[in-house]
Amino acid sequence: MDKFEIHKGLVVPLDRANVDTDAIIPKQFLKSIKRSGFGPNLFDDWRYLDTGEPGMDNSNRPVNTDFVLNHDRYKGGSILIARDNFGCGSSREHAPWALLDYGFKVIIAPSFADIFFNNCFKNGILPIVLSEKEVDDLFKSVDATEGYALTIDLPSQTVTKPDHSTISFEVDEFRKHCLVNGLDDIGLTLQHVDDIRKYEAKRKESAPWLFASHT
Amino acid sequence: MTSKTLYDKLWDAHVVRTNEDGTALLYIDRHLVHEVTSPQAFEGLRIAGRKPWRTDAALAVPDHNVPTTDRSTGIEGITDPIARIQVETLDKNCIDFGITEFGMTDKRQGIVHVIGPEQGATLPGMTVVCGDSHTSTHGAFAALAFGIGTSEVEHVLATQCLIQKKSKNMLVRVDGQLGSGVTAKDVVLAIIGRIGTAGGTGYAIEFGGDAIRSLSVEGRMTLCNMAIEAGARAGMVAVDEKTIEYVKGRPYAPTGNVWDKAKKEWEKLHSDDNAVFDKTIVLNGAEIEPQVTWGTSPEMVSGINASIPDPDNESDPVKSDSMKRALEYMGLTANTPISEIKIDKVFIGSCTNSRIEDLRAAAEVAKGNKVAGNVKLAMVVPGSGLVKEQAEQEGLDKIFVKAGFEWREPGCSMCLAMNADRLEAGERCASTSNRNFEGRQGQGGRTHLVSPAMAAAAAIKGHFADVRELGE
Ligand code: SF4
Repeated sequence: MDKFEIHKGLVVPLDRANVDTDAIIPKQFLKSIKRSGFGPNLFDDWRYLDTGEPGMDNSNRPVNTDFVLNHDRYKGGSILIARDNFGCGSSREHAPWALLDYGFKVIIAPSFADIFFNNCFKNGILPIVLSEKEVDDLFKSVDATEGYALTIDLPSQTVTKPDHSTISFEVDEFRKHCLVNGLDDIGLTLQHVDDIRKYEAKRKESAPWLFASHT
Repeated sequence: MTSKTLYDKLWDAHVVRTNEDGTALLYIDRHLVHEVTSPQAFEGLRIAGRKPWRTDAALAVPDHNVPTTDRSTGIEGITDPIARIQVETLDKNCIDFGITEFGMTDKRQGIVHVIGPEQGATLPGMTVVCGDSHTSTHGAFAALAFGIGTSEVEHVLATQCLIQKKSKNMLVRVDGQLGSGVTAKDVVLAIIGRIGTAGGTGYAIEFGGDAIRSLSVEGRMTLCNMAIEAGARAGMVAVDEKTIEYVKGRPYAPTGNVWDKAKKEWEKLHSDDNAVFDKTIVLNGAEIEPQVTWGTSPEMVSGINASIPDPDNESDPVKSDSMKRALEYMGLTANTPISEIKIDKVFIGSCTNSRIEDLRAAAEVAKGNKVAGNVKLAMVVPGSGLVKEQAEQEGLDKIFVKAGFEWREPGCSMCLAMNADRLEAGERCASTSNRNFEGRQGQGGRTHLVSPAMAAAAAIKGHFADVRELGE
């Protein structure tokens, strides 16, 4: 996983609440057995006018010019802002994979669905919770200013606006540590092999039915 | 000793170690695996040269991508080549890593959340995870069950543990008794209508109260299944005699002395009398009507005898806006009575409502009736091969077919339309599944969530109808 420290990028406004994972990456693309290549199909139903299928040449498809990702001023954006409950729905990690593959490194919303929020950290995306008012202000600024960019500083936990004012945000210490250092948490857990074995030995005594083998 | 909630007890029993920042390494007892969210996890293991920690804790089944039509040709019968590769990949991964799989032609194959409990692979007091958000279903057994992403699937395979932060405790209490014709599905939709789809975010929900106690274990699965639609990763119901009776004698359940010991432990799986919840919501069961969703989020729901609400009466501008957008997508106008909404298709199935009791309830309504002329397709998809077999023994398949329903092979089917079962743009469906998101059942498709009995009633009438008044 890539390290995440400071990121500066163009902001893309997705003015919707309850953006679900089916909308982020529709189910037909979940048939892939790979982690990459989902970017062109991010928000497929909203982004294109036809029905997307895996394996299509996306460059020839008719685009929905009303949809924000298709506006020239937001091309190359890497920070997405949205409304409440972003990422609700299924647990598909294809959703953060698609966002990342498209180029999004940061998502800002007043609230996120739990599983999606968690999946972001595992893939080097930083989800940031700001208050409704702060997010609303960002929507207004982005709308008013072409090329509106933010600087996200994870070690110091701040979002810096073009006028140099800053907003601070909360992030779990452990998640921050993993993201800043690009750590694989399987490796971290395997440092505790002895603890796991000790727990298992105790459990086998007290709850042997949890260790019965079936074939 | 301090009083604990059921969730506290389940949590405490599985903490391997607590990290400095308050997160915990949580031990996982059962890991259910399916074809869509696992290939990249197995690939990760291979790349890192890691092996599964405990193969006996995992159980795999293909369900999302399998066709629900004739199975006789096995995997060759999957006409979509990309879907076929995914199912083949699961078969191969299970062989390579030594994991038990109920393959496509195994009689025990079915939707992962149906087969876990059916096999007794889900037991009270367990931690159960699966790369699927509806893993909350298994909480019906007083298990701590939640959905995980693919990175976590890999983490559980490699370490049998997950790094987790404890949620807050929420109690949703449904007092009193439900009216006749009102089911677990209606209860959970009413709860979501009340607290909203983000109402449970950050919480583990325990469902309690007399109305919940009187639900069957299968009804409790329906209820916990949709905890995730209320934003909670986990939903759960305390153990009682019904739970224990249900588990008894299932293939993966303990026997003999071990059974007696387990039973004693399981009987402790309820919240203590003085346990403190961070939040409590109370509903009156007697007031719950059969529910129908009218929008593109499960919280957009009303009783069958209500009308579609008017976004102009909603004071919150963000909410009003999403209501307008939903009505536009659904092709509906505010203030229309729900019972006047005509439907094109009916889907009875999914991990929410495809167990034997669901099929019995739908069959009872369908019996002696005919699917209305304006309904293009009404399909019944059992949750597993064993549910299908049981239903056929009871003659339910004949009732359905006679009434004009199609009787299919088990799988997720039109719940998420990854296989050939789907809605065309603009088609309207009465569905017993759990998500009515835009495009969920096919691009442009319009989904209304209902109970199995209400879905059957809609099939017969051609529009939504109060199942309690049918036949009057
Ligand atoms: S039936 Fe639907 S909700 Fe349940 S596991 Fe399958 S796709 Fe997911």
